[in-house]
Amino acid sequence: MQQIIFFFIRNKNFLLFCVLFLLSLSLIVKSHSFHKSKFVNSANFLSGGIYSLKSNVTSYFNLKEKNNLLIEENARIRKVLEGFKESNLIPELDSLLFPSKYNFIPARIINNSYSKTKNRLTLSSGAKNNIKIDMGVITSNGIVGIIDNVSKNYATVQSILNTKSQINAKLKSSYHFGTLIWNTNNSNIVQLVDVPRLAPVVLGDTITTGGKSTIFPKGILIGTIKDFSLGDDENYYNINIQLFNDMTNLEHVYVIENIDIQEIMSIEKGVENEKY
Amino acid sequence: MKNIEIFRNIFRFIILILVQVLLLNQINFLGYINPYLYILFIIIYPFTGNKSFLILLSFFLGLFIDMFGDSGGVHAAACVFIAYIRPVILKFSFGVSYEYKSVKINKTGFSQRIIYISILVLIHHLLLFSLEIFNIDHIMLILKSTLFSSIFSVVLILSTLSLFNRKGK
Repeated sequence: MQQIIFFFIRNKNFLLFCVLFLLSLSLIVKSHSFHKSKFVNSANFLSGGIYSLKSNVTSYFNLKEKNNLLIEENARIRKVLEGFKESNLIPELDSLLFPSKYNFIPARIINNSYSKTKNRLTLSSGAKNNIKIDMGVITSNGIVGIIDNVSKNYATVQSILNTKSQINAKLKSSYHFGTLIWNTNNSNIVQLVDVPRLAPVVLGDTITTGGKSTIFPKGILIGTIKDFSLGDDENYYNINIQLFNDMTNLEHVYVIENIDIQEIMSIEKGVENEKY
Repeated sequence: MKNIEIFRNIFRFIILILVQVLLLNQINFLGYINPYLYILFIIIYPFTGNKSFLILLSFFLGLFIDMFGDSGGVHAAACVFIAYIRPVILKFSFGVSYEYKSVKINKTGFSQRIIYISILVLIHHLLLFSLEIFNIDHIMLILKSTLFSSIFSVVLILSTLSLFNRKGK
């Protein structure tokens, strides 16, 4: 017994090191799986509070530029709205009852990373603003990422600049779709893979979201085709996409809430239960 | 440790974390190069201080940086590792008797200091980027990030040391 105790005392540094090192490795492994990075993330009281303090100061620096962006967006939306009015395609409706499947929640980015291989952003809105895990995040220019952690006042977003991110996307001109990934080389260029060879891929074409999931509506802008090549098996295109968003300079974003998600989930669950 | 020393260490711990997450993590020089100044805490922790306590403190230091950076536990792992091997590096760079001569970092020779700091920084960064990227395909990215960030960190750590080196002591 004494021998054992002496052994522990003699090697206490090594044992302590082993325990803490394994603990951190398990945290790393946990953070690599999408929904389990609950414990150590920046959507908590302490880091969220400090980041929003910082953001309160730094957000003044580019207020002018952000205002211009908002004005541009307003102008664009106004134009679309006028088009609707003139064509009288939809009857007059109470704006509260407007038949949209999606709800947009405004949020502010208080921390942004883009130089790592697994980038995340922190938002200054959380569960109390009705934000939940798996909602999409966009700006007026295009997509940003997907919510992966939520606390009461803050939320973290898994950016599209994250090697774990896989988002369904399609060509705007046709219905050929592929998977949007990131190869870590450039923070303004992402890759679209698994696009079938039959697809009419042209330089400069626009890529939008595919709408095949409950996260993003169809037709949210992503970017334009920068260059493309056939993959190794010559059946699929690998496309480099220049993003519309400047991922290094983001401030105001919208979180997309899908109102029908419960219904979709329940019906998909029903189908799956039938299978087995 | 005397009381004043304990307070100085607590103060250093908090300030280094804040400087790291609010200022240095936002630099992104050339797109991916960030200095990691916060390991200065481990570097200048008193050489004769309690080693187990240093390992524990390093873990929490890394964990805080991870929390702010949403990086899982990569900083914690790298910090714990360099805290554990620090006595070996100290012996290597300052000679076997560093513990009895009560060496202080500001009084050591410049070349010895550079060797000590560079080794710790290189090991820390290599482990940090390998764990963060965690993909053998990106080995060039790991080495590139390690090299450039290390240079940046070492320069910053050396200048911080000389900046806060009080004269007359």
